[in-house]
Amino acid sequence: MPRMARAATTADAFNAVAEPRRRQILDALAGGERPVNDLVRLLGVTQPQVSKHLRVLREVGAVDVRDEGRQRLYRLNGEALKPIHDWVKEYERTWSERFELLDVVLDQLKQEEQGDDSGK
Amino acid sequence: MTVASSSNATVTLPTDEQILITREFAAPKDLVYKAFTTPELVKRWWHANRGEMTVAEIDLRVGGKWRYVMVADEGFEVGFHGEYLEVDPNERIVSTEVYEGLPAGVSDEEGGTVNTATFAETGGRTTLTLLVQAANKVSRDAIIDSGMEDGLQDALDLLEDVASSLA
Repeated sequence: MPRMARAATTADAFNAVAEPRRRQILDALAGGERPVNDLVRLLGVTQPQVSKHLRVLREVGAVDVRDEGRQRLYRLNGEALKPIHDWVKEYERTWSERFELLDVVLDQLKQEEQGDDSGK
Repeated sequence: MTVASSSNATVTLPTDEQILITREFAAPKDLVYKAFTTPELVKRWWHANRGEMTVAEIDLRVGGKWRYVMVADEGFEVGFHGEYLEVDPNERIVSTEVYEGLPAGVSDEEGGTVNTATFAETGGRTTLTLLVQAANKVSRDAIIDSGMEDGLQDALDLLEDVASSLA
Protein backbone atom coordinates (compact mmCIF):
# COMPACT_ATOMS: atom_id res chain seq x y z
CA MET A 1 0.00 0.00 0.00
CA PRO A 2 2.32 2.61 -1.31
CA ARG A 3 3.14 5.86 0.17
CA MET A 4 3.71 8.87 -1.95
CA ALA A 5 7.32 9.86 -1.95
CA ARG A 6 7.76 12.99 0.07
CA ALA A 7 9.84 15.85 -1.21
CA ALA A 8 13.14 16.09 0.63
CA THR A 9 12.66 19.78 1.32
CA THR A 10 9.60 19.14 3.44
CA ALA A 11 11.26 16.44 5.53
CA ASP A 12 12.87 19.10 7.68
CA ALA A 13 9.55 20.61 8.61
CA PHE A 14 8.25 17.11 9.31
CA ASN A 15 11.11 16.44 11.67
CA ALA A 16 10.73 19.81 13.31
CA VAL A 17 7.12 19.23 14.28
CA ALA A 18 7.59 15.54 15.12
CA GLU A 19 8.89 16.45 18.58
CA PRO A 20 6.11 16.87 21.21
CA ARG A 21 7.69 19.92 22.92
CA ARG A 22 8.05 21.67 19.62
CA ARG A 23 4.40 21.02 18.86
CA GLN A 24 3.52 22.55 22.22
CA ILE A 25 5.48 25.62 21.25
CA LEU A 26 3.69 25.81 17.90
CA ASP A 27 0.36 25.43 19.66
CA ALA A 28 1.23 28.24 22.03
CA LEU A 29 2.37 30.49 19.18
CA ALA A 30 -0.78 29.71 17.20
CA GLY A 31 -2.54 31.97 19.71
CA GLY A 32 -0.23 34.86 18.91
CA GLU A 33 3.24 36.25 19.30
CA ARG A 34 5.03 35.47 22.57
CA PRO A 35 8.31 36.13 24.32
CA VAL A 36 10.52 33.20 25.39
CA ASN A 37 9.62 33.67 29.06
CA ASP A 38 5.99 32.99 28.26
CA LEU A 39 6.92 29.74 26.57
CA VAL A 40 9.15 28.72 29.47
CA ARG A 41 6.26 29.24 31.86
CA LEU A 42 3.68 27.52 29.64
CA LEU A 43 5.81 24.46 28.94
CA GLY A 44 7.31 24.19 32.40
CA VAL A 45 10.81 23.54 31.11
CA THR A 46 14.03 25.49 31.33
CA GLN A 47 14.84 28.41 29.08
CA PRO A 48 17.82 26.62 27.43
CA GLN A 49 15.47 23.80 26.45
CA VAL A 50 12.91 26.16 24.99
CA SER A 51 15.65 28.04 23.16
CA LYS A 52 16.96 24.79 21.71
CA HIS A 53 13.55 23.91 20.30
CA LEU A 54 12.97 27.42 19.03
CA ARG A 55 16.27 27.23 17.17
CA VAL A 56 15.14 24.06 15.35
CA LEU A 57 11.81 25.65 14.50
CA ARG A 58 13.52 28.78 13.23
CA GLU A 59 15.87 26.74 11.05
CA VAL A 60 12.94 25.31 9.10
CA GLY A 61 11.19 28.66 9.11
CA ALA A 62 8.31 27.45 11.26
CA VAL A 63 8.71 30.40 13.59
CA ASP A 64 9.97 33.92 13.07
CA VAL A 65 11.57 36.14 15.68
CA ARG A 66 11.89 39.87 16.19
CA ASP A 67 13.42 42.03 18.86
CA GLU A 68 11.29 44.52 20.68
CA GLY A 69 13.17 46.45 23.28
CA ARG A 70 14.85 43.85 25.45
CA GLN A 71 12.46 41.10 24.46
CA ARG A 72 12.68 38.57 21.68
CA LEU A 73 9.23 37.83 20.36
CA TYR A 74 8.43 34.61 18.51
CA ARG A 75 5.56 34.00 16.15
CA LEU A 76 4.25 31.13 14.05
CA ASN A 77 4.96 31.10 10.33
CA GLY A 78 2.24 28.86 8.93
CA GLU A 79 3.61 29.10 5.39
CA ALA A 80 6.60 26.95 6.33
CA LEU A 81 4.40 24.21 7.71
CA LYS A 82 2.07 24.18 4.76
CA PRO A 83 4.05 21.46 2.90
CA ILE A 84 3.08 18.99 5.63
CA HIS A 85 -0.54 19.92 5.34
CA ASP A 86 -0.37 19.69 1.56
CA TRP A 87 1.37 16.33 1.66
CA VAL A 88 -1.34 14.77 3.80
CA LYS A 89 -4.06 16.24 1.60
CA GLU A 90 -2.42 14.88 -1.55
CA TYR A 91 -1.99 11.46 0.07
CA GLU A 92 -5.67 11.50 1.01
CA ARG A 93 -6.65 12.46 -2.52
CA THR A 94 -4.65 9.59 -4.04
CA TRP A 95 -6.30 7.04 -1.78
CA SER A 96 -9.75 8.53 -2.38
CA GLU A 97 -9.37 8.14 -6.14
CA ARG A 98 -7.96 4.65 -5.71
CA PHE A 99 -10.97 3.63 -3.64
CA GLU A 100 -13.45 5.13 -6.10
CA LEU A 101 -11.99 2.81 -8.73
CA LEU A 102 -12.18 -0.05 -6.24
CA ASP A 103 -15.91 0.72 -5.84
CA VAL A 104 -16.35 0.02 -9.55
CA VAL A 105 -14.48 -3.28 -9.28
CA LEU A 106 -16.60 -4.29 -6.28
CA ASP A 107 -19.82 -3.47 -8.13
CA GLN A 108 -18.85 -5.85 -10.86
CA LEU A 109 -17.85 -8.59 -8.40
CA LYS A 110 -21.21 -8.26 -6.67
CA GLN A 111 -23.06 -8.61 -9.96
CA GLU A 112 -21.03 -11.67 -10.89
CA GLU A 113 -21.71 -13.23 -7.53
CA GLN A 114 -25.44 -12.75 -8.04
CA GLY A 115 -25.14 -14.57 -11.34
CA ASP A 116 -25.92 -11.41 -13.21
CA ASP A 117 -23.57 -11.50 -16.18
CA SER A 118 -25.37 -8.86 -18.18
CA GLY A 119 -22.61 -6.38 -17.43
CA LYS A 120 -20.02 -8.46 -19.28
CA MET B 1 -25.27 0.21 -8.62
CA THR B 2 -23.29 1.20 -5.62
CA VAL B 3 -24.99 2.90 -2.76
CA ALA B 4 -22.80 5.95 -2.63
CA SER B 5 -20.40 5.32 0.19
CA SER B 6 -18.37 8.00 1.82
CA SER B 7 -16.18 8.48 -1.19
CA ASN B 8 -13.30 10.13 0.59
CA ALA B 9 -10.63 8.13 2.30
CA THR B 10 -9.92 9.35 5.79
CA VAL B 11 -6.24 9.85 6.55
CA THR B 12 -4.99 10.44 10.07
CA LEU B 13 -1.60 10.28 11.75
CA PRO B 14 -2.13 8.44 15.05
CA THR B 15 1.54 8.63 16.02
CA ASP B 16 4.67 10.08 14.52
CA GLU B 17 5.44 6.82 12.75
CA GLN B 18 1.96 5.85 11.59
CA ILE B 19 -0.46 6.73 8.87
CA LEU B 20 -4.00 5.42 9.14
CA ILE B 21 -6.25 5.24 6.08
CA THR B 22 -9.91 4.30 6.48
CA ARG B 23 -12.72 3.82 3.98
CA GLU B 24 -16.07 2.05 3.93
CA PHE B 25 -17.22 0.01 0.94
CA ALA B 26 -20.71 -1.09 -0.06
CA ALA B 27 -19.67 -4.73 -0.40
CA PRO B 28 -19.05 -7.73 1.86
CA LYS B 29 -15.51 -8.23 3.07
CA ASP B 30 -14.74 -11.33 1.02
CA LEU B 31 -15.22 -9.26 -2.13
CA VAL B 32 -13.14 -6.36 -0.85
CA TYR B 33 -10.44 -8.85 0.08
CA LYS B 34 -10.65 -10.43 -3.36
CA ALA B 35 -10.34 -7.06 -5.11
CA PHE B 36 -7.40 -6.29 -2.86
CA THR B 37 -5.45 -9.49 -3.48
CA THR B 38 -6.18 -10.52 -7.08
CA PRO B 39 -3.59 -9.14 -9.52
CA GLU B 40 -5.90 -8.48 -12.46
CA LEU B 41 -8.34 -6.69 -10.14
CA VAL B 42 -5.63 -4.69 -8.36
CA LYS B 43 -4.49 -3.45 -11.77
CA ARG B 44 -7.88 -1.83 -12.23
CA TRP B 45 -7.86 0.39 -9.14
CA TRP B 46 -4.43 0.78 -7.59
CA HIS B 47 -3.18 3.27 -10.21
CA ALA B 48 -5.58 5.93 -8.89
CA ASN B 49 -5.95 7.34 -12.41
CA ARG B 50 -2.33 8.42 -12.38
CA GLY B 51 -1.00 5.94 -14.87
CA GLU B 52 -1.08 2.31 -15.93
CA MET B 53 -0.11 -0.61 -13.77
CA THR B 54 2.30 -2.79 -15.66
CA VAL B 55 3.14 -5.21 -12.86
CA ALA B 56 0.96 -6.64 -10.10
CA GLU B 57 2.58 -9.73 -8.62
CA ILE B 58 0.99 -11.20 -5.52
CA ASP B 59 2.25 -14.37 -3.88
CA LEU B 60 -0.27 -14.34 -1.07
CA ARG B 61 1.24 -16.49 1.66
CA VAL B 62 3.44 -15.82 4.66
CA GLY B 63 6.92 -15.18 3.30
CA GLY B 64 5.54 -14.64 -0.21
CA LYS B 65 6.55 -11.54 -2.17
CA TRP B 66 4.53 -8.84 -3.88
CA ARG B 67 5.49 -6.18 -6.40
CA TYR B 68 3.53 -3.35 -8.03
CA VAL B 69 4.84 -1.16 -10.85
CA MET B 70 3.04 1.75 -12.41
CA VAL B 71 4.01 3.77 -15.45
CA ALA B 72 2.74 7.24 -14.66
CA ASP B 73 1.04 9.36 -17.28
CA GLU B 74 4.08 11.62 -17.19
CA GLY B 75 6.20 8.68 -18.34
CA PHE B 76 8.20 7.77 -15.26
CA GLU B 77 7.94 4.41 -13.58
CA VAL B 78 7.33 3.83 -9.88
CA GLY B 79 7.76 0.47 -8.22
CA PHE B 80 6.99 -0.94 -4.79
CA HIS B 81 7.60 -4.38 -3.39
CA GLY B 82 7.49 -6.27 -0.15
CA GLU B 83 6.79 -9.48 1.65
CA TYR B 84 3.71 -10.87 3.37
CA LEU B 85 4.17 -11.32 7.11
CA GLU B 86 0.62 -12.39 7.98
CA VAL B 87 -2.19 -13.57 5.76
CA ASP B 88 -5.57 -14.13 7.38
CA PRO B 89 -8.02 -14.50 4.47
CA ASN B 90 -10.90 -11.99 4.42
CA GLU B 91 -9.68 -10.56 7.74
CA ARG B 92 -6.18 -9.13 7.75
CA ILE B 93 -2.97 -8.85 5.79
CA VAL B 94 0.33 -7.64 7.18
CA SER B 95 3.09 -6.90 4.72
CA THR B 96 6.29 -4.97 4.34
CA GLU B 97 6.59 -2.31 1.67
CA VAL B 98 9.64 -0.74 0.09
CA TYR B 99 9.52 2.09 -2.40
CA GLU B 100 11.98 1.25 -5.17
CA GLY B 101 12.97 4.87 -5.57
CA LEU B 102 14.45 5.30 -2.10
CA PRO B 103 17.40 7.69 -2.06
CA ALA B 104 20.83 6.06 -2.24
CA GLY B 105 22.09 5.11 1.18
CA VAL B 106 18.67 4.58 2.70
CA SER B 107 18.24 0.91 3.52
CA ASP B 108 14.98 -0.97 2.99
CA GLU B 109 14.66 -1.28 6.75
CA GLU B 110 15.02 2.47 7.27
CA GLY B 111 12.86 3.52 4.37
CA GLY B 112 10.31 0.75 4.35
CA THR B 113 7.02 0.41 6.14
CA VAL B 114 4.97 -2.39 7.63
CA ASN B 115 1.38 -2.19 6.44
CA THR B 116 -1.63 -3.77 8.09
CA ALA B 117 -4.86 -4.07 6.13
CA THR B 118 -7.94 -4.99 8.15
CA PHE B 119 -11.31 -5.91 6.66
CA ALA B 120 -14.31 -5.49 9.00
CA GLU B 121 -17.87 -6.15 7.83
CA THR B 122 -21.07 -4.78 9.32
CA GLY B 123 -24.42 -5.29 7.64
CA GLY B 124 -22.93 -6.15 4.28
CA ARG B 125 -20.63 -3.14 4.27
CA THR B 126 -16.91 -3.36 4.81
CA THR B 127 -14.60 -0.96 6.54
CA LEU B 128 -11.09 -1.22 5.22
CA THR B 129 -8.39 0.05 7.54
CA LEU B 130 -4.82 0.47 6.37
CA LEU B 131 -2.22 1.16 8.98
CA VAL B 132 1.13 2.21 7.57
CA GLN B 133 3.87 1.90 10.12
CA ALA B 134 7.19 3.50 9.34
CA ALA B 135 9.92 1.89 11.36
CA ASN B 136 13.66 1.93 11.71
CA LYS B 137 13.53 -1.83 11.94
CA VAL B 138 10.98 -3.84 10.11
CA SER B 139 9.52 -5.89 12.88
CA ARG B 140 6.05 -6.99 13.72
CA ASP B 141 6.42 -5.52 17.16
CA ALA B 142 6.67 -2.13 15.58
CA ILE B 143 3.15 -2.40 14.21
CA ILE B 144 1.61 -2.88 17.60
CA ASP B 145 3.83 -0.30 19.18
CA SER B 146 1.03 1.99 20.21
CA GLY B 147 0.48 3.93 23.37
CA MET B 148 2.44 6.87 22.10
CA GLU B 149 1.24 10.27 23.05
CA ASP B 150 -0.28 12.77 20.70
CA GLY B 151 1.01 12.49 17.19
CA LEU B 152 1.42 14.69 14.20
CA GLN B 153 -2.36 14.88 14.17
CA ASP B 154 -2.15 17.75 16.62
CA ALA B 155 0.09 19.63 14.27
CA LEU B 156 -2.30 18.88 11.44
CA ASP B 157 -5.29 20.18 13.34
CA LEU B 158 -3.29 23.27 14.05
CA LEU B 159 -2.25 23.54 10.42
CA GLU B 160 -5.84 23.27 9.31
CA ASP B 161 -6.45 26.51 11.20
CA VAL B 162 -3.28 28.07 9.94
CA ALA B 163 -3.97 27.09 6.33
CA SER B 164 -7.39 28.66 6.41
CA SER B 165 -5.93 31.81 7.85
CA LEU B 166 -3.49 31.94 4.94
CA ALA B 167 -6.24 32.01 2.36
